[in-house]
Amino acid sequence: MAQTQEVLTPKDYKSDQEVRWCPGCGDHAIMNAIQRALPELGIAKEDFAFISGIGCSSRFPYYMNTYGFHGIHGRASAIASGTKVANPNLSVWQITGDGDAMAIGGNHFIHAIRRNIDLNIILFNNEIYGLTKGQYSPTSQFGAVTKTSPYGTVEHPFHPGELVIGAQGKFFARSIDNNLKLCQEIFVEAGKHHGATVVEVLQNCVIYNDKTHAALTDREHKEDRSIVLHHGEPMIFGKNRDKGLILDAENLKLKVVELGDKYTEKDILVHNAKEENPGIHLMLANMSYPEYPVAFGVIRSVDVPTYDGAVQAQVEYVKGESKYKCMDDLLNSGTTWEV
Amino acid sequence: MGKKADTIEREEVVVRFSGDSGDGMQLTGTLFSDTSAFIGNDLSTFPDYPSEIRAPQGTIGGVSGFQVHFGQTSIKTPGDYADILVAMNPAALRATSKWVKEGGTIIIDEDSLDERGLKKAGFKTDDPIAEDKLDRFNIIMAPISSLTKEALKDKGLDPKSILRSKNMFALGMVYWIFDRPLNYTEDFFEKKFKNKPLVIDANKTVLRAGYNYAETMEHMAPSYKVSPAKIEKGTYRNISGNIATAWGFIAAAEKAELELFCGSYPITPATEILQELSERKDMGVKTFQAEDEIAGICTSIGASFAGDLAVTTTSGPGLALKGEAIGLAVMTELPLVIVNVQRGGPSTGLPTKPEQSDLMQALYGRNGESPVVVIAASSPSNCFHYAFEAAKIAVEHMTPVILLTDGFIANGSEPWRIPTMSEYPDIKAPIVKEGVKDWQPYARDAERLARTWAIPGTKGLEHRIGGLEKDELKGSVSHDPVNHQKMVNLREEKVQRVDRVIPKLKVEGEESAKLLVVGWGGTYGHLATAVKQMQDKGHSISLAHFNYIKPLPTNVREVFEKYDKIVVCENNMGQFADYLRMTTPGFEYLQYNKVQGLPFTTIELENHFEKLLEE
Repeated sequence: MAQTQEVLTPKDYKSDQEVRWCPGCGDHAIMNAIQRALPELGIAKEDFAFISGIGCSSRFPYYMNTYGFHGIHGRASAIASGTKVANPNLSVWQITGDGDAMAIGGNHFIHAIRRNIDLNIILFNNEIYGLTKGQYSPTSQFGAVTKTSPYGTVEHPFHPGELVIGAQGKFFARSIDNNLKLCQEIFVEAGKHHGATVVEVLQNCVIYNDKTHAALTDREHKEDRSIVLHHGEPMIFGKNRDKGLILDAENLKLKVVELGDKYTEKDILVHNAKEENPGIHLMLANMSYPEYPVAFGVIRSVDVPTYDGAVQAQVEYVKGESKYKCMDDLLNSGTTWEV
Repeated sequence: MGKKADTIEREEVVVRFSGDSGDGMQLTGTLFSDTSAFIGNDLSTFPDYPSEIRAPQGTIGGVSGFQVHFGQTSIKTPGDYADILVAMNPAALRATSKWVKEGGTIIIDEDSLDERGLKKAGFKTDDPIAEDKLDRFNIIMAPISSLTKEALKDKGLDPKSILRSKNMFALGMVYWIFDRPLNYTEDFFEKKFKNKPLVIDANKTVLRAGYNYAETMEHMAPSYKVSPAKIEKGTYRNISGNIATAWGFIAAAEKAELELFCGSYPITPATEILQELSERKDMGVKTFQAEDEIAGICTSIGASFAGDLAVTTTSGPGLALKGEAIGLAVMTELPLVIVNVQRGGPSTGLPTKPEQSDLMQALYGRNGESPVVVIAASSPSNCFHYAFEAAKIAVEHMTPVILLTDGFIANGSEPWRIPTMSEYPDIKAPIVKEGVKDWQPYARDAERLARTWAIPGTKGLEHRIGGLEKDELKGSVSHDPVNHQKMVNLREEKVQRVDRVIPKLKVEGEESAKLLVVGWGGTYGHLATAVKQMQDKGHSISLAHFNYIKPLPTNVREVFEKYDKIVVCENNMGQFADYLRMTTPGFEYLQYNKVQGLPFTTIELENHFEKLLEE
């Protein structure tokens, strides 16, 4: 990516299209955060490509004054993979939702992650199908009552973080639409990371699944119900910063403890996002309220070579060693004879 | 048996090697073809193998064959019936004897005719010759297995390796029959088994043993003399349709000064194109073996968006899966070539057998009004030309192009006069440069109606495309009813205008005659051979063969008007005939259709044409 000297502002990333998400939709805030994050990356505006599938969130590229591609349902990971491999100089962002990425596009999603293609996948998780007007999604809670589950769903949801780590994901972060600053911070980190990044943003759908994340946005209690992880810092949370996470070694699981006489800060786990072993990351990603605080921040960020980088390196190497310099060489290679 | 050897001069001969799928018949056939090509024959080959890698040994289902047709005249098909069949086991004998000419020769590995082998092949008696009434052929029983063992007994090889080289004994025999030199094949051993002197020696020994056996046996088949063909001077090589397709794209990328990207998922019989392109990383090709067919095309669409010459390769079932994404390429007006190496359908159908039954799918198999250019190659070597053309049209007209080949021409091979790239035109990609004022993503050039291509990374041209209907200039989302109608018309007209750059339809034979034979794609060799033979016999018959399907050449009506009868011959139920009825009405289109997973035979075609001419 060309480093730019030009100083851009969030406004430079807004297109002339009228934004048509519902008033109060979490998508507005997420887009604001991305438009604030991009100038911090020092990448030229023409080197960004935003690629999406189908769904409310997938309208996103139209509102960005960058190169953009609104694809077909579920296939954004595949389109974005092609774009990135064709031109590794681009900063490629995939905007997707829980239906687009986890249901119809599940196969492409896991393989893009497994290959570690340098894409930034922003997963808007509102646990519902919005654009088709209110059917349950693969992340809807068990028993959720929706238009296609009037008696409650009978299927268990995917946890995006678990799926990402299961697909050998090297970067997973979580944020929430009402925390602009956290979103912005995480998007910057994702943008700087080399390899596939997945940022799950808990997003509110005001029309079909309002307040689905209410427990985590409640002003009074949100700090007791969530934890913001920072690499190298102890896992302490709570309004009064009086709670922390330790490893319950006997049961091989995390445990919430009160800081005080029995436990002090030095007993508390220190977050190491760069640990290759995904064990703790998986436990952190899977924490759910009320048993645990929900984890926000960059949960996992491990540097390994990327697919697109490897393709480029292999092509350059093999081409360099090749005896064929042009098509005529290839045409005349192998066994030929004169008539 | 017991015929005395004498030499027969022939213009052309068909040989078929047939055995178990593990017997190395494909290699044997290829080596024989190569030698025939080197000494100047024209030829055409076709491998015929089961879809199972190792079907149950010794059964009919596991029979693998390789047919080669060579001669001193122009050879366009692998031949209908064999002059010589080499049958390495009873199953091969049973499965293939019906493809031997009356009075032809069958060489049988006598050692394979044991009780177990005969039973596996479904013979009820211990005399397969009588049971299948094979005495009308010249049968040569040769103890191939035991003589191979005998030849290699002191070479220190294990019994399995020894038996594996029995195909070379058979090849040696056939070389003697056609008076072929052994040195090309011996050179092949030297190269192939470079660091295994034992294996080189064993193969050479067996090959020579087979040759000598044929020479010394009294009861040998007649030996043939087939002189070199009078073909265009030049440097030649053998090429199969799939390799030619892959190379056509590499050539197009070079002429367009674009990088080549192929997103694809392995599927028989198209996989070889992806394999070849993967190997051609040494030519800068990027390949992406995707997680499924849909990802294959979608990665290619993403690469096309990023400015690569993008192709995706598949066969019928894969084309079905790619349908929605082809529509996306239609809507976003990005260049893309989709190769469909057709096979027998529907569903999984006959994966290794050729058919032409995906024509309607290629033309119409998508939601909405979704026009694409459809082109069909018609011989193994011209896959190169049509792959090049498909890429050229895709890039210069900013449209998806479907290139149809089939399992027959994709796997078949023939000698090919190697072109030089200076014979091929440049491909001019309509890429917009930085600094262009007032650029609109969907503005079009007046002649082709193609939009321009703004590549991500170009400053100042940031824009959005996608699957929603587009405003006719800005390319932004538009739900305007009148705009939609306009865009539907524009997309159709853009594809239609490709007829301004494609060649006119030519006929082989008289421009006016009693019967016009019409075909398209991979049936060319058989149709051309049958028509030529009829013409030589003095019949009033011509051939019009199509490579450009959508749009059609502009002179179809003019051509058709000059014939009393038109018969459309296809390996499907009449899809092209129906298409002609729709696009070029006013003629009576007779049909000749065959859907057996097999190519036509020239004999059946001639019989049918004769009947039509008599009526």
